[in-house]
Amino acid sequence: MPIVMDADRIGRTLTRIAHEIVERNKGVEDIALIGVRRRGVPIAKRLARFIADITSHDVPTGALDITMYRDDVSRHAVGLQPLVRRTEVSFSIDDRKILLVDDVLYTGRTTRAALDALIDFGRPKAIQLVVLVDRGHRELPIRADYVGKNIPTAPTDVVHVRVQEIDDRDEVELVSGGAA
Amino acid sequence: MTTQQVEPAEQVTSLRRKDLLGIEELSAEEITLVLDTAEAMKEIGSRTIKKVPALRGKTVVNLFFEPSTRTRTSFEIAEKRLSADTLNIAIGTSSVVKGETLVDTALTLEAMAPDMIVLRHQSSGAGHLLSRICKSAIINAGDGTHEHPTQALLDAFTIRERKGRLAGLKVAIIGDLVHSRVLRSNLHLLTKMGAETWVCAPPTLVPPEMRRFGVVVTSVVEEAVRDADVVMLLRIQLERMEGAYFSSLREYSTVFGMTEERLRLAKPDVIIMHPGPMTRGVEISSEVADGPYSVILDQVSNGVAVRMAVLYLLAGGADHEEAA
Repeated sequence: MPIVMDADRIGRTLTRIAHEIVERNKGVEDIALIGVRRRGVPIAKRLARFIADITSHDVPTGALDITMYRDDVSRHAVGLQPLVRRTEVSFSIDDRKILLVDDVLYTGRTTRAALDALIDFGRPKAIQLVVLVDRGHRELPIRADYVGKNIPTAPTDVVHVRVQEIDDRDEVELVSGGAA
Repeated sequence: MTTQQVEPAEQVTSLRRKDLLGIEELSAEEITLVLDTAEAMKEIGSRTIKKVPALRGKTVVNLFFEPSTRTRTSFEIAEKRLSADTLNIAIGTSSVVKGETLVDTALTLEAMAPDMIVLRHQSSGAGHLLSRICKSAIINAGDGTHEHPTQALLDAFTIRERKGRLAGLKVAIIGDLVHSRVLRSNLHLLTKMGAETWVCAPPTLVPPEMRRFGVVVTSVVEEAVRDADVVMLLRIQLERMEGAYFSSLREYSTVFGMTEERLRLAKPDVIIMHPGPMTRGVEISSEVADGPYSVILDQVSNGVAVRMAVLYLLAGGADHEEAA
């Protein structure tokens, strides 16, 4: 089961993305990071720390649960529903540039759901998408503004992103479809 | 074949059932699932736009054969927050007045294919009857003296919110035990979740099967309240009583009513609960009902979150029938 990114690589990648964010937005006074649950959240928090290291500015960070906005609620054949977790966005998103942070970008449907959820919260000035991994196979016209690594995959493959905060280690593993 | 990155480890089996008819048939895991889901639902109520599209396009019928304010509006708000289409059937103005049976009413509705029916009926087991006939998911909002599962779930949610847990707490339930479906649901839930449960009422209002629940039964209210973490009061249901269960309401309130003085016997961080509607001055004094230990209004707002959780979890299960 190939490890496509190890802990060091992930660390360097996030540092690079943090610098890109600061550069492209010409400073960070009006931005906020919102991680998409689950693993987008610790990634967003790490980015906030790196940005604080670079700019000495604390960027507000929140967590978004998009389960209620998915387009496949109640379509699971055997009644499986993903567990709903809390959304925590304690600041106003109006007139801010929101950086949505997720671990993997695949079909784009999660991002679509996250956009709907955000719009219900307010009217951001802009929304940019940050992903650690882009694995292709988009089903909607969605693209990421900042990508950690592009990983070509087959539709039967599974990409596992593990983060220290939840899984006790940092790695990105690509499991090919035949195996599962 | 999900098209989104949902890790298998995070998928939790929904309530693997078509209906929610009672707490008796739920496992502790299912109860915990409802409570955890309700926490996320509660957050939606604090937003400016209190709506999520989860049940968009689903039709939910609120079929209430008995009067209700808080339960019906609570369900209605819950349904609307999930973007479902709601239909309220007020029995007084329906054909039931002309003598249409429960079964015929339900079959007529079924022909219009509602996804879920929330049913309150004066006969115990009405939900079970409906479940056998209707493909819709049935949520029991109170059937006779049998169960009122969403009430017990919102009570548990409120207790867990305040105390962090249910296991090991001393919960004292005081009031009309014989006619209370809220009691039965709460007893099932509290015993399943490991709470030390005491029930207290005049002997005439203690049903014989209390023993089988494994709860402590007493007719001395001070014993029930002493060192209690939670005190739950139940209304004396005069409308259900035909015999003389006690000599007068005033005697009941003197001997059993929850007053500030009696409450001092409980733990210093005790919480006071009541499913409503209250009869102030009978089972509970106004000072206690409005006092600092009362979480009665929290129960009401938690009711919406818990009902949203139930609706959401059952909506996933509805398609389960077709696949099976």
